[in-house]
Amino acid sequence: MQGTELKKEVVASSGSRAKRDQMNIVIIGHVDHGKSTVVGRLLADTGSLPQGKLAQVKAQCERNARPFEYAFLLDALQDEQAQGITIDSARCFFKSASREYIIIDAPGHIEFLKNMISGAARAEAALLVIDAKEGVRENSRRHGYLLGMLGIKQVAVCVNKLDLVGYDKGVFDAIVEEYSQFLAKTGMVPKAFIPISARYGDNMIRLSENMGWYNGVTVLGTLDGFTKELSLRDKVFRMPVQDVYKFTAQGDDRRIIAGRIETGAVSVGEEVVFYPSGKSSRIASIEEFNVPVKQSAFAGKSIGVTLETQIYVVPGELMAKSGQAGPKTGTQLRANIFWLGKHPLLGHKRYKMKLAGAQVPVWLKSIETVLDASELTTESNRQQIERHEVAQCVFETLKPVAFDLAPDIAQTGRFVLIDNYEIAGGGIITDQIETKTSMIAEHVTRRSEQWQRSNISAPQRAARYGQRAAMVLITGDAGTGKAQLAKALETDLFAGSRAVYYLGLSNSLLGVDSDIDHLGERDEYLRRLGEIAHLFTDAGIVLITTASDLDDHELEMLAMLNKPGDTVVVNIGPRRFNSREPDLQINDIGSREDVIIKIKEMLSEQKYLPEYNL
Amino acid sequence: MDHLETLESQSVFILREAYRQFKQLVMLWSIGKDSTVLLWLARKAFFGHAPIPLMHIDTCFKVPEMITYRDELARQWKLNMIVGKNTAALESKQTFPDGNSTRLECCASLKSEALKKTLSGEWPRWILDHTTGEYVRRVGGEAFTGVIVGARADEEGSRSKERYFSARDKQSDWDVGDQPPELWNQFKTDFAPGTHVRIHPLLDWTELNIWEYIERENIPVTDLYFDRGQGIRYRSLGCWPCTKPVESTARNVQEIIEELRSGKFANIAERSGREQDKEDGNGLETLRRRGYM
Repeated sequence: MQGTELKKEVVASSGSRAKRDQMNIVIIGHVDHGKSTVVGRLLADTGSLPQGKLAQVKAQCERNARPFEYAFLLDALQDEQAQGITIDSARCFFKSASREYIIIDAPGHIEFLKNMISGAARAEAALLVIDAKEGVRENSRRHGYLLGMLGIKQVAVCVNKLDLVGYDKGVFDAIVEEYSQFLAKTGMVPKAFIPISARYGDNMIRLSENMGWYNGVTVLGTLDGFTKELSLRDKVFRMPVQDVYKFTAQGDDRRIIAGRIETGAVSVGEEVVFYPSGKSSRIASIEEFNVPVKQSAFAGKSIGVTLETQIYVVPGELMAKSGQAGPKTGTQLRANIFWLGKHPLLGHKRYKMKLAGAQVPVWLKSIETVLDASELTTESNRQQIERHEVAQCVFETLKPVAFDLAPDIAQTGRFVLIDNYEIAGGGIITDQIETKTSMIAEHVTRRSEQWQRSNISAPQRAARYGQRAAMVLITGDAGTGKAQLAKALETDLFAGSRAVYYLGLSNSLLGVDSDIDHLGERDEYLRRLGEIAHLFTDAGIVLITTASDLDDHELEMLAMLNKPGDTVVVNIGPRRFNSREPDLQINDIGSREDVIIKIKEMLSEQKYLPEYNL
Repeated sequence: MDHLETLESQSVFILREAYRQFKQLVMLWSIGKDSTVLLWLARKAFFGHAPIPLMHIDTCFKVPEMITYRDELARQWKLNMIVGKNTAALESKQTFPDGNSTRLECCASLKSEALKKTLSGEWPRWILDHTTGEYVRRVGGEAFTGVIVGARADEEGSRSKERYFSARDKQSDWDVGDQPPELWNQFKTDFAPGTHVRIHPLLDWTELNIWEYIERENIPVTDLYFDRGQGIRYRSLGCWPCTKPVESTARNVQEIIEELRSGKFANIAERSGREQDKEDGNGLETLRRRGYM
């Protein structure tokens, strides 16, 4: 036996073989119209099946005394063979002379619409199958409509089982007519209508003698005729920030902003802008592992970049190029959505929106119309959206998000909604809605109107405690000793007979916030912190609390929720927020005693602690 | 972009998404070509680093060169290695090679059970200490909530239906009929307490793509995959009692690629050398529902 030899890592070579591209195709249509048979036949006739598989399925059919069908090749799961329908989207691999395909066989039963959508959303083009004998059915239409929403622009329609209608051209022509009219209403123009019998292989990979009247292209030829969307590279540059890495512990000092370029291209030296924060810098380098150094990168590549200046960028921001049209930013948007959730989509319920790299709390603000995607009839005055419905709605996010309109850039113009841990719906953005007020501002106004006030006024409390109430908010990078500072400050003020309270992050998480997952729900945590601060300042107390890495929006939200109480900001080290100056900037904690003296001086100057003497 | 660039970009995207979303994340490394490509893709995703710990479930019936190869790469690439095993079954000899169980029972015990209990932290984990080069036994580890696996959709029917991010309940069960939707590269990254998510960055890769990528990137693989003069080689690696070498004279990566493209294996399924798949009609499907990778 030879020992295991490890080869040295070398920069990968480009390889000598001709480059081939790859395309994902989805097969859709109504249940039992023969989608799986189309795929099975395509694989068998092009010699793409593993030998073992055909023999195995044939042997199983023999054992169970069932006639062999091509669909069984795909419906390899026990569940599906028993029911004879496809439950979930299955991938099949297949090569033609010109490219590599992944064929996604999507289920046609309405119960499994979420699986059809999962399959179709991965595809670049679609084959829609209609049974010649049954004709255009509910899901032939629903699936056709959803293709447009899912961003699939290339579709060919296979009219299947022509053998069952005697290869009659009249039947085919009638279906072409009916379905073309339907698709026209959705704005979709199919590349081709192909009459086939998948079971007998008619017009699959060669033109059939049974249909001399058809002189179009075969199914295989149609697939090869689909084109890759090359224009992505020509659009304006967009790269959602997926993560920011610094592997300092591994001896790597690069601060790498990682993500996939969705559209456009970017080069070293170009100025980039991050949305919604609006921060900008220049590209210092393009980073990849085990490849020669590159000066530029383009749509489709998952890359990393380093910047010339150290700016604070967080995952979820959208990187664009200065000098090109930027994305929109805001809290309200109009969208066309499809709902797949087990529970209906409701107003006044908090959902999570995932849009490119961003994840934000979102509320359904209004339902404009609800559409039956099969009949294309609309309804207004609806209070909720039921499973499998399509609707035009307005959503409001808790904090601003960056996005494009879907017709301009699909990749950054669509989102999914999470309900109770599950992806429950998807939407494409059609409009931005300009708004002057925010959800938080509206809430604070309403809270103030409805607040039950006691007989004790704020000046009475100030006089009793000899201080003006405020939230002293200590912020800055995580791990800078903010909590110890806050506690020491409380001890010091308490010793000076102040009415003061330190609210620790963990206390809050263990107490009123124990029901929320604090990793994913930072905004909700901060919202609750703001509400708690409001109670303390209303009670006349100086509240000391800490929060790491606050951005502009978060700071504004906390201050607004604390109103009419005052908010005093002490920042340690670098900061993410730009819209206001901190009341006190500390570059390095150094001596805690000195910092406490500075904070007390500032509170004294600003008349929160008026009698304080140095 | 050519097909390998497209596949690479998507896998890197998935790995980064997993790393961002899961705090308790681990990658399974079977030492085979697929999970070694996966490990390489992680180094691509994280710019030469391997920040995600690697877990190997050692049945103690692996071909010995696999373990040598594992530890060499672990040292060279500074991998955070975790090894798990079913010591009780091994000590009481409740295994197929000892003649005390069927192949499927043996797989369920030495692989699925060991994996489940090592992931949850109920059983000890053996951690590679890079200063001594030895594995150290640790108990009471935290449960992993994100598990990255090198499954490929072309391996067999049930794998072709997997999502990139696939939910598993407390019993590690997979509900094939009711999987959550997955669209526009938005994955299931929210999960209820007690459940975990399996992440499949290689779903879209075929066996041929794996070898083409190994060639392009010059990824080191164990030479068990090559004919070393006896006219046989392993096409798929597993435990020696249940994995048969295939007859082949492919001596290097290029020759394997030719064999898969147009040679004798162009139309023969990869797992045809795995004996446990033949015990019942749906061997792998049965195992997968019970938590097999």
